Amino acid sequence: MMEAVLQTMAGPLTVADWISWFCIGSGVFFAFTGAVAILRLPGVFSRMHGAGMIDTMGLGLILTGLMVQAEEPIVIVKLALILAFVFFTSPTTTFALARAAIHGGVDPAADPTPKADPAPAQPEETDPSRT
Amino acid sequence: MMHAISLGVFLSVLWLLLSGMFEPLPLGLGAISVLLTLWLAHRMDVIDREGHPIHMGPRALLYWPWLLWKIITSNVSVAFAIWRPRLKIQPQVFTTQASQPSEVGRTAYANSITLTPGTVTIAMAPDGTFTVHALTDAARRSVENRIMDRRCAAMEGGKSPTPPEAVRAEPTLDAPETTDTPPVPSGKEHP
Repeated sequence: MMEAVLQTMAGPLTVADWISWFCIGSGVFFAFTGAVAILRLPGVFSRMHGAGMIDTMGLGLILTGLMVQAEEPIVIVKLALILAFVFFTSPTTTFALARAAIHGGVDPAADPTPKADPAPAQPEETDPSRT
Repeated sequence: MMHAISLGVFLSVLWLLLSGMFEPLPLGLGAISVLLTLWLAHRMDVIDREGHPIHMGPRALLYWPWLLWKIITSNVSVAFAIWRPRLKIQPQVFTTQASQPSEVGRTAYANSITLTPGTVTIAMAPDGTFTVHALTDAARRSVENRIMDRRCAAMEGGKSPTPPEAVRAEPTLDAPETTDTPPVPSGKEHP
């Protein structure tokens, strides 16, 4: 039973490989979902939730998948450090982004809801002259 | 002084882990770097309870796994909300009261709210009132049930809500506001 599970078209996969496949695959899924959220959700503040998803589950699962493949313990430590630094800095940058949006005149309470007319959300994403 | 030693040990271990070399030259360069960093941190006056909160250490080990679990569950629920063919979200802004006595504790709480997808801290008032943006009603409830608030306060060492005497027992240079005095804006986190 166990042997059959571990046998794939590309040859036998070790348990570590399966864990890596699972973690990196789900990590990619969450990163992709975060990207979809940034495109799909209305308004600046709603989109931040999608970005937070990429930073936490997306990055976390991908790095966990990579840790399983590490041949030296030092690699695991370094990957864990990357994860820790991002977990500390990502909320800080999100906070700075929110402050900047409020400072720039975006009213969080009036952030467009899906039922509202999407027109107000247009200028912030299609304004190439400002960048 | 204890904080400086602790920071020095932490930096040395970090250097050894990241370099992985134990020859005299890398070790010497590492020692110089650690001392330089310590001196700079001392000059910036950030080696204190706030800049290097070792007092949270053991309790943080209890808090982080719980936070990790919250991050996973809220990620899954937000992912469900996003992949629905018709978006079912209720973006909203609300305020909540943070009960952590010190600024480190509040920062940890605000960061925890932001790390949990579905809720983002967008403003912090000096009196501990957070303005939070929530993507869904469920995300809002996960903050308003105050479980995370209590756990963050507990990580700081106090019972929840932190009794004032627990704060007075450990006086620091920039004393955190106690609950019975009107909070004073320190100007440190709101430039």
